[in-house]
Amino acid sequence: MPNALALTWRQYRLERRMFWRNPSAAFFNFVLPLLFLVGGGVILHGNQHDLNLLVPAIAGMSVMSTTFTALAYNIVFLRERGVLKRIRGAPLPTSSYFGGIAGNAVTNTALQIAIIVLAGRLFFGIGWPAHWDELIVFVVVGVVSLAALGVAFAHVIPNFESTAAYVNAVFLPVVFVSFFVFENKSAPTFLLTIAEALPLKPLIDGLYGAMVTGSDLASNLDALAVIALWGVFGLYFAVRGFSWEQSRT
Amino acid sequence: MSDTAPAIEVRDLSKRYGSYEAVRGIDITVQRGEVFGLLGPNGAGKTTTVEILEGYRERSGGEVSVLGHDPAKRSIELRRRIGIVLQSGGIYSHLTPREVLAHWAGFYPHPREVDEVLTLAGLQEKADVRSRRLSGGQLRRLDFALALVGDPELIFLDEPTTGFDPAARHAAWETVRSLRELGKTILLTTHYLDEAQELADRVAIVKDGRVLAIGPPRELGVGGSHYRVAYRDRDGELVELQTEDPTGLLNELTAAALARGERLEELSVGRPTLEDVYLELTADA
Repeated sequence: MPNALALTWRQYRLERRMFWRNPSAAFFNFVLPLLFLVGGGVILHGNQHDLNLLVPAIAGMSVMSTTFTALAYNIVFLRERGVLKRIRGAPLPTSSYFGGIAGNAVTNTALQIAIIVLAGRLFFGIGWPAHWDELIVFVVVGVVSLAALGVAFAHVIPNFESTAAYVNAVFLPVVFVSFFVFENKSAPTFLLTIAEALPLKPLIDGLYGAMVTGSDLASNLDALAVIALWGVFGLYFAVRGFSWEQSRT
Repeated sequence: MSDTAPAIEVRDLSKRYGSYEAVRGIDITVQRGEVFGLLGPNGAGKTTTVEILEGYRERSGGEVSVLGHDPAKRSIELRRRIGIVLQSGGIYSHLTPREVLAHWAGFYPHPREVDEVLTLAGLQEKADVRSRRLSGGQLRRLDFALALVGDPELIFLDEPTTGFDPAARHAAWETVRSLRELGKTILLTTHYLDEAQELADRVAIVKDGRVLAIGPPRELGVGGSHYRVAYRDRDGELVELQTEDPTGLLNELTAAALARGERLEELSVGRPTLEDVYLELTADA
């Protein structure tokens, strides 16, 4: 008799297989942040201060792109194509299904963070992370929060054609604002206030502490709290508003 | 629960969406091994009814039992025993039918062999082609295959041949007949009369969320309506008469024709078809 854990594992393996078979998704969710890292590294070559900022900023962006962006796309696509409805009619526990989907996103995040940490050590002169525990805590809380927000955001997107517009309308401004104010003494206060209320800037702050400055977890708890609060908000709406079917309007 | 209990029992089922009543008191009982057709025009409430039985929607009122379960509770145990062919269900476009079926088979305690299901659905030749490259008809066959791979006792087919060409329809009908021979219970919705007549042991004609008539297609055709006697007269005009006593009418007609020394060209006696009943019942009078 298939049990829930075995089914989760099967679903996870299927999601992994499909991920690599869809080159455009693999590119946007996986390769693009790494390209930004390489491009930024080339431009900022020799400027260690800026490279120190680049690596955690890209790491934060990677977490957002592999979870928030990828899941919003995926859920809308599966919903509009009727795959979710079919899954719902099959004897697959809901927890196994979402476990598989989430596991796929988490794998991508873990792979990217590993690549970025390795690149930071090998090519960007920032050494190994000073606080692995802090790195892991921030990545895990970031993944849970941004993944939940991605699923919740999928409810807002009315059809697949408009997914790119909706997702980018959130993703790009959040990335720009967070990058702009990050360790920028001349940034206007109101922008800083906005960025610090959003989940990405606190995530980058935490990663910066863990990977570069060595400020420990205890000194970044307020940043962690902001991300976690977004997570609670995201989880609530992800579960509450979840729709398995295309709306019939 | 014994095996002789009906596969589906529906009593006074109702479903409201806001102020709109999609289903207004439907009663049906589907016996095990039966092919039961829900026949009606678009918007009659067929899909709403079926989706309540499948566990997709919650009913507003009435009682429903599917294989002894209340489908609204969405138990995994029930979903292991039913197969669903949705009116429109998508599938992973980057996987092949064989891969999707193998994945689905893993959901069930006693699945059928993937190759056997591919053959039954007529997909052997496309087994290893990515789904995005399949035609509409082939995707529909994959729908069938996915509903069958768990070897379900009860199969829901929601307008299974809509959009098919005639050859594909007959192929689908053959599949349904072979499922019936395997002893499966089938609930079928359709707005095609010939489909209901060909496949269903019993039919419920549904309109505006109500059952207008229920019974075997043949008996539905007979009940209350008249036999039709038709022939061409000597001017070549088609004459059509209705009677409840075709024997007497034929006797009169043939006697009169023989007396005149004429033949009754193209003489035919027809029982009212399901179509006649359907049109009569669903007409917006």
